[in-house]
Amino acid sequence: MTTEALLPGDLETALPTTLFRFATAGSVDDGKSTLVGRLLHDSKAILADTLDAVARTSADRGFGGDKGGIDLALLTDGLRAEREQGITIDVAYRYFATDRRSFILADCPGHVQYTKNTVTGASTADAVVVLIDARKGVLEQTRRHLSVLQLLRVAHVIVAVNKIDLVDFSESVFRDIEADVQQVGRELGLGSDGISDLLVVPVSALDGDNVVERSERTPWYTGPALLEVLETLPAADELESHLESFRFPVQLVIRPQGALAPDAVAAGLDVEAYRDYRAYAGQITEGSVKVGDKVSVLTPGQSPRTTTVAGIDFAGKSLDEAAAPQSVAIRLADEFDVARGDTIAAAGTVREASADLYAALCWLSPKPLREGQKVLVKHGTRTVQALVRSVSGKLDLASFKLEGASSLELNDIGHAQLRLAAPLPLENYLHHRRTGAFLVIDPLDGNTLAAGLVKDHPGDHEDERYSI
Amino acid sequence: MSTYLSEETQVTDAAVSTRLSSLDTLESEAIHIIREVVAEFEKPALLFSGGKDSVVMLHLATKAFWPGKVPFPVLHVDTGHNFPEVIDFRDRTVERLGLKLVVGSVQEFIDRGELAERADGTRNPLQTVPLLDAIQQNKFDAVFGGGRRDEDKARAKERILSLRDEFGQWDPRNQRPELWNLYNGRHTVGQHVRAFPISNWTELDIWRYIERENIELPGLYYAHEREVFARDGMWRAVGEVSQPLPHEEVITKTVRYRTVGDMSCTGAVESDAFTVADVVVEVAASTLTERGATRADDRISEAAMEDRKKDGYF
Repeated sequence: MTTEALLPGDLETALPTTLFRFATAGSVDDGKSTLVGRLLHDSKAILADTLDAVARTSADRGFGGDKGGIDLALLTDGLRAEREQGITIDVAYRYFATDRRSFILADCPGHVQYTKNTVTGASTADAVVVLIDARKGVLEQTRRHLSVLQLLRVAHVIVAVNKIDLVDFSESVFRDIEADVQQVGRELGLGSDGISDLLVVPVSALDGDNVVERSERTPWYTGPALLEVLETLPAADELESHLESFRFPVQLVIRPQGALAPDAVAAGLDVEAYRDYRAYAGQITEGSVKVGDKVSVLTPGQSPRTTTVAGIDFAGKSLDEAAAPQSVAIRLADEFDVARGDTIAAAGTVREASADLYAALCWLSPKPLREGQKVLVKHGTRTVQALVRSVSGKLDLASFKLEGASSLELNDIGHAQLRLAAPLPLENYLHHRRTGAFLVIDPLDGNTLAAGLVKDHPGDHEDERYSI
Repeated sequence: MSTYLSEETQVTDAAVSTRLSSLDTLESEAIHIIREVVAEFEKPALLFSGGKDSVVMLHLATKAFWPGKVPFPVLHVDTGHNFPEVIDFRDRTVERLGLKLVVGSVQEFIDRGELAERADGTRNPLQTVPLLDAIQQNKFDAVFGGGRRDEDKARAKERILSLRDEFGQWDPRNQRPELWNLYNGRHTVGQHVRAFPISNWTELDIWRYIERENIELPGLYYAHEREVFARDGMWRAVGEVSQPLPHEEVITKTVRYRTVGDMSCTGAVESDAFTVADVVVEVAASTLTERGATRADDRISEAAMEDRKKDGYF
């Protein structure tokens, strides 16, 4: 590609589409599946045979009454049991694209296991759309959803006030709900903490108002339609790639020792030059790195070792620099012993590894958490044993207050202190969405018990807004 | 260390300050998953049929471990009803990359009386038994598949790492939550994990990537002339195992395949897409899903894929 031939205007149109991940959350019957169906349908992501199958099922069930039409919710309810019971059981992933972006949509069910599903969907999301029924306004479950999203540091929260057609497109109803949402946002620090933003949009998922195109039936609303919002918000990767703090958990060591790929050799790879090749493979979790940068290698139980980046390789190409979320292989100037589970980080930006873990836990298992229990903690590319020392409280998601508790049950979010069998380079989740996250795993059956968010140690300077 | 930078090596454009394209993001995600599985499992294998998704998977694996060899064998479940050019492509690919090939044979199971031919002649659903047998015999604890969530309603609910019990069964109502990019692959003896690194790719992403990376595919993915007959609203190739009934007229048409499976249940579509660029345009404009257009086995019921997956299918 010759760069001089491209004018700035050309570049604009020549740019490839980018990826944007978002999740939806809502209470039962607020029309979430219909909204998802509407987004897919109106962005023409539903192909004719799928639509035919949904139309047949809709007709069999007499959906729509005199209005006829199709039940858009059937587009997302994929499992036999879901269609039979008319509910969404599990997070479903959907894909659609516009000229600007490719979207990955995690559709999170809103019934009993809402915390588990919302936490799962929000953990990878750049944005989350929370639905509210315009006839009902902000419910306790809305507060719970927003509370979980604040805790997980979702960058963009969009509240869609749905069924606006059923309140006669009333501006005053919308404004009241909008004020309530902003009030909850203020209580939580959502939208005012410099990390997240909070938007409110009036929609009718059933009729399509303000979903893909702005509606003439809400002339008092001058903001963008939902899809326009999703097309223009910056993705979390984009924000994270600009951070100063380069982080690179080592997944494995690439050291072929003569066992070079035959296709690479056939293509002219210099076998002699690669005889002693040694590089560290991984995915950059935040920030960026350049050849020549000073980095620290963090190995549990050892003090950090400092060296420089000698090279950044990716499948036969040498890069000058790389940024989150690229998967690359990094060569270091010094021949350190580096292994899976170690982290390569920008020199001088990481605090000491610690075996004391203070965290917020989102409990995802029917087996409750008890003090004194032994668990596994998976953080980055390392899994260590851990002892649950204490549970210090659980969050009332509706009032945002911490209550005393000594155990956590399914869908509870609480505070706990764990003692790790080996120190880990733990970082506050508030500032590091990747290296501040971990899984709690049951050593008996291997199941995931909880999503963990690292907090600062008590006594460290703690951010006031990070109330849990 | 700079000796590694040979003259030919390109220094890529410093596209770091702008955002990665969606294909680059998907590629990075898939490579991260492939490396995680290789690092955490004893004995992984990759399901390789010569179909486009498995070809892309293998290409990603070569990039993940460059300049080293792909560190696991490939596993093919041979229905005995394959297109000969796909088997030829499979063998050439394995040779080129220096891989070990493990084959599970549906025909052998039928010959031994351990599987019965179905009345409709379709062998796709019969692949589950030889697949599970090959996994058990070879003690594979992780099996990479090219399944994508956009293919089917049941696949939309699939995890990236998906646990299978001693019987190879999938329990869609009792899956582990999958958080951030932390994949939990813990399993007990007898269980294994299916890994789907290209879960988040669409059919169009696959084709754009094949075009961008200049990846070779079996020729039947591109438009060619072939003797076909119409059955179940699809064009079926005339072949040893796919014979027209007396009332089904055989004609020569310019067709291509959107999926490559068992010859007895995979249909062709009329197409003038002779090159990968033509296919990208065709797929972008298509009004039918790839499975709806070309797979008889998915038309059996709305939950056909879910039922097969619960039994241990790919």
